[in-house]
Amino acid sequence: MAGIPHEEYEPKSKFEKWLHQRLPIGGIIYSTLMIPTPKNLNWMWIWGIILTVCLVIQIVTGIILVMHYTPHVDHAFASVEHIMRDVNGGWLMRYMHANGASLFFIAVYAHIFRGLYYGSYKAPREITWIIGILIYVAMMATAFMGYVLPWGQMSFWGATVITNLFSAIPFVGQPIVEWLWGGFAVDQPLLNRFFSLHYLLPFVIAGLVAVHIWAFHTTGNNNPTGVEVRRGSIEEAKKDTVPFWPYYVIKDLYALAIILAIFVIMVFFMPNYLGHPDNYIEANPLATPAHIVPEWYFLPFYAILRAITFDILFIDSKLGGVLAMFAAIAVMALAPWLDTSRVRSGRYRPQFKWWFWGLVVDFFVLMWAGSQAATSLIGTISLIGTIYWFGYFLVILPLLGITEKPLPQPKTIEDDFDSHYPPDGQKSSASSQAPSGVVATPAE
Amino acid sequence: MSHDGNRRDFLYVATAATGGVLAVSAGWTMVDQMNPSKDVLALGTIEVDVSEVEPGTEIKVFWRGKPVFIRRRTQDEIADARGVTLGDLKDLGSENDNKPGTDAEDKNRTLDDAGEWLVMVGVCTHLGCIPLGATDGARGEFGGWFCPCHGSHYDTSGRIRKGPAPKNLLVPTASFADEDNTIIKLG
Repeated sequence: MAGIPHEEYEPKSKFEKWLHQRLPIGGIIYSTLMIPTPKNLNWMWIWGIILTVCLVIQIVTGIILVMHYTPHVDHAFASVEHIMRDVNGGWLMRYMHANGASLFFIAVYAHIFRGLYYGSYKAPREITWIIGILIYVAMMATAFMGYVLPWGQMSFWGATVITNLFSAIPFVGQPIVEWLWGGFAVDQPLLNRFFSLHYLLPFVIAGLVAVHIWAFHTTGNNNPTGVEVRRGSIEEAKKDTVPFWPYYVIKDLYALAIILAIFVIMVFFMPNYLGHPDNYIEANPLATPAHIVPEWYFLPFYAILRAITFDILFIDSKLGGVLAMFAAIAVMALAPWLDTSRVRSGRYRPQFKWWFWGLVVDFFVLMWAGSQAATSLIGTISLIGTIYWFGYFLVILPLLGITEKPLPQPKTIEDDFDSHYPPDGQKSSASSQAPSGVVATPAE
Repeated sequence: MSHDGNRRDFLYVATAATGGVLAVSAGWTMVDQMNPSKDVLALGTIEVDVSEVEPGTEIKVFWRGKPVFIRRRTQDEIADARGVTLGDLKDLGSENDNKPGTDAEDKNRTLDDAGEWLVMVGVCTHLGCIPLGATDGARGEFGGWFCPCHGSHYDTSGRIRKGPAPKNLLVPTASFADEDNTIIKLG
């Protein structure tokens, strides 16, 4: 499956041979697990596994919560309290599910910014990147609908504000909103369909994840140098890579252990730190909370939505804000074609680095601005942040490729690896010492 | 049937056309099921008894999932509302479903010509909060309603006068259901 030359699966036992002739599943598992992986991956390459674990945690805890939850406007809030107080271990399942969503988004943002810095989106990994953005969009839809299910005040009013965004669409806006609601306000039909879709979407995400992995297993992983693995022969490829099992599995498990430790601290000692107290008040269609804010992971895009307070030609401010918010996500998907630089990794792009870290700062500034009440100062800060966000993708990335003088890149991944872990030292990996052709395979 | 392959072509076209019609009708059913159902539409129209509402008071009723303000205005409030010139207004449309396309003069917003009855959806046109009014002890700077979320002030005709809201409070489809003006039909 992978484009990097590697040893093929050989069924050994009688059963394996029997199975392989009927269903070659062993080969798929083998080439997925044993995929040659660049041996210089740093700690920013752990997030994919963390994200996979997050998806599993969310699906497992979610299925359990559904066994006790009632999707009805009169019972939803009470059934969540029933889970918290009466169901054995229910509080743990719910806190894991709620905080699991936050961990999921922390990991996805780290994963996305990793890809932006090391140019993982560039050819030939455009499909991987776009599938990734689709996963991110599906995650946001899932998280938003999940937040509505407890039917607290923030659930209700968040759903009201966000579904009302669609009313900004000219002519068909109001019919679309009523179609989404299944009525004339956020009410029972909306709760029911959000429940249905909230249960469905994680499985759509799981399918997209499979395609995401398939795509980058075809092109091979990117790595911190952005230099491709040599593919002349299996021996050559082995100088640049180690098999995923057991090397990266062990590394990822170590990272996972640390991150899960932090997660458990959140779940047990500060489970409501990232939540909003208003959502412990049952939804009341007749009283609006004074300050409606979305969950933290939506705040940067919420700030962009609110940054457009003026009409742009024939587009009024409400529609302008909605378009800007969706465009801010869509523009990320276009990064492979907007970035004109031939150098993949930001490590060898001296000017790019500054603009990239500017984008990271911009992301946090927008996140902060989105959490504040909408005063004119916050509006100005949001607008500057919005301009930088679009400027990065639409102006900086295309121009830098032309103006920037990149630093020299290592010829091979092996060179990069050896410069960090000299082959002479005893501590270094065995594979880099061997003369070409007689590579000592770490896998064996 | 004189030309080559005609029978097969006919089969292709017929199959594609039948399949297309089936796909579109099945697809539309799946989209349309999300539209408001019959029972929701049935509750789309209600009748409200307003015989007990005295001048200077108002009632709030729940209609289509939203609060509706029904206010019987005093002569002072009517005079206030009718004394405003259009130049002072932010939204020049009446926003009255019963009189589409009319301007925001007070006579275009009230249910009766005398201007006693004002019926409005009690949802701020900014971000959907519920404005406070005389019954909540907060009338705003223009004697009508005040939205606490982001500080929008509405006058005694429910027209936006100050603050971020873009439009006047919406007047829903409404009419008197009887001759004596004691029952208001919403929707």
